[in-house]
Amino acid sequence: MRLINRHPDRSSRLLLVLLPFALLLFAYFVGSAERLADNPNDKLLPSAGQMFEAVKRLAFSADSRTGDYVLWQDSASSLRRLALGLGISALAGLCLGIAAGTLPLFGAPLSPLLTVLSMVPPLAILPILFIVFGLGELSKVMLIVIGVTPCLARDLEQRAREIPVELLVKAQTLGASTWTLMLRVVLPQLLPRLLISLRLMLGSAWLFLIAAEAIASTDGLGYRIFLVRRYLAMDVILPYVVWITLLAWLMDWGLKALTRRAFPWYEGARA
Amino acid sequence: MSFISVNNVWQRYGDQVVLEGLNLHVAEGEFCTLVGTSGCGKSTFLRLLLGQETASKGQILLDGQPLAGEPDASRGVVFQRYSVFPHLSVLDNVALGLELPRSPLLGRLFGKAKKAAREQAAALLHKVGLGHALDKYPAQLSGGMQQRLAIAQALIMKPRVLLLDEPFGALDPGIRKDMHQLLLELWRETRLTVFMVTHDLSEGFSLGTRLLVFDKVRVDPHAPGAYGARITYDIPLNSARRKALAAELGATSQ
Repeated sequence: MRLINRHPDRSSRLLLVLLPFALLLFAYFVGSAERLADNPNDKLLPSAGQMFEAVKRLAFSADSRTGDYVLWQDSASSLRRLALGLGISALAGLCLGIAAGTLPLFGAPLSPLLTVLSMVPPLAILPILFIVFGLGELSKVMLIVIGVTPCLARDLEQRAREIPVELLVKAQTLGASTWTLMLRVVLPQLLPRLLISLRLMLGSAWLFLIAAEAIASTDGLGYRIFLVRRYLAMDVILPYVVWITLLAWLMDWGLKALTRRAFPWYEGARA
Repeated sequence: MSFISVNNVWQRYGDQVVLEGLNLHVAEGEFCTLVGTSGCGKSTFLRLLLGQETASKGQILLDGQPLAGEPDASRGVVFQRYSVFPHLSVLDNVALGLELPRSPLLGRLFGKAKKAAREQAAALLHKVGLGHALDKYPAQLSGGMQQRLAIAQALIMKPRVLLLDEPFGALDPGIRKDMHQLLLELWRETRLTVFMVTHDLSEGFSLGTRLLVFDKVRVDPHAPGAYGARITYDIPLNSARRKALAAELGATSQ
């Protein structure tokens, strides 16, 4: 049978899903054990026990200086920035995308502008953000907003244009004004697409967040990683990276579940 | 005076002439079927009647008034595809037509008004045979049911003109027959003026009270776009139905 026609059954699918993760972990811990056997003070590939100790210190015991539980404090700060940045981006992207994609008079000036703006590398203007908005929360949130909004807006504009013109004509024959047409026909059809776009932009949003936190911050997951880098503290960095990955994956999964639940009519929701 | 008058209407896109010198007078309540080869301008003519496009020359009068240059509630439409809103349930697809004109700010009704609109929509849906599917989404309906929904959606607005662009083109023959029955029934009841584009000649002959054939009279082989289509045949059909219509209209006008 050709390879293209062979499908894994349920149990072997689970096995295939877990296999690469198991292999990765196995390779790491073999390497770690070997290095630690050569040199017990090696910091590059810490053992599970060392990482467990580090997590216990950061997550489950109060910091002796500030009294905070560092991991949770970092997570809360980072997630707040991320949520704020993504929330503002979603709202702005939706408004811009609908305006540019539905109203030709708005699309003419907006569409080329969004294309150009989405090409600006956000990290290149990070210094400008720090100069303009200071080193506080605002500049970090703004980096996410500036990085994510143009891409969201462009995607939603494209989706708005893909709504068949027949539907727009039909809505007008049902007595819709421009405003009610956008509100009741275009907006609800774009909402599931917005959630999908957000899922695709999650990776970039985390990138911008970590970058901003690494450069100027006093807490946050990115800040912590770049802080302990000075001490070659891989036993902290690796659990932090795993934790960030887990958070990002959970957000992706949550958005997917929300799309499926809130928009049962949407075909793409199953993807 | 005729209900719809088309006076010397031309439509051209760039150098391409699609319709030339169209003249037509249609009485209220007529059921016109439009036939002709592909690309001969039937659908263009329908879009002109709908207001989706404006004629390059000439004018179309509806009840003596020039036609509004954009689609509005006076003319209902059913397309071959994409006629219903995928994000609304069957019931809301029809109720939408009651909600939009009455709520200019939010486009939706609440409380009692919403309930009344939904009841009215449900009654119409029962009539077109969708009473069992009120809560389904269009994607869960068969092609024929989707077109029933699209027709109900158009009729809830009580338009004076109903425009149908190959509405049954994608349906299989059995379903198509049912749809013909439904359409004729609704037409008799509402006394709408109907324009229906079709590729199916027998459908055109059996449904209409008037058959309009679109064709190019002049063809220049060196410049295929130089001349447009006209109405080459205008055939009165189904005289019994026509008489019934005339009698009914006469009765109401007295």
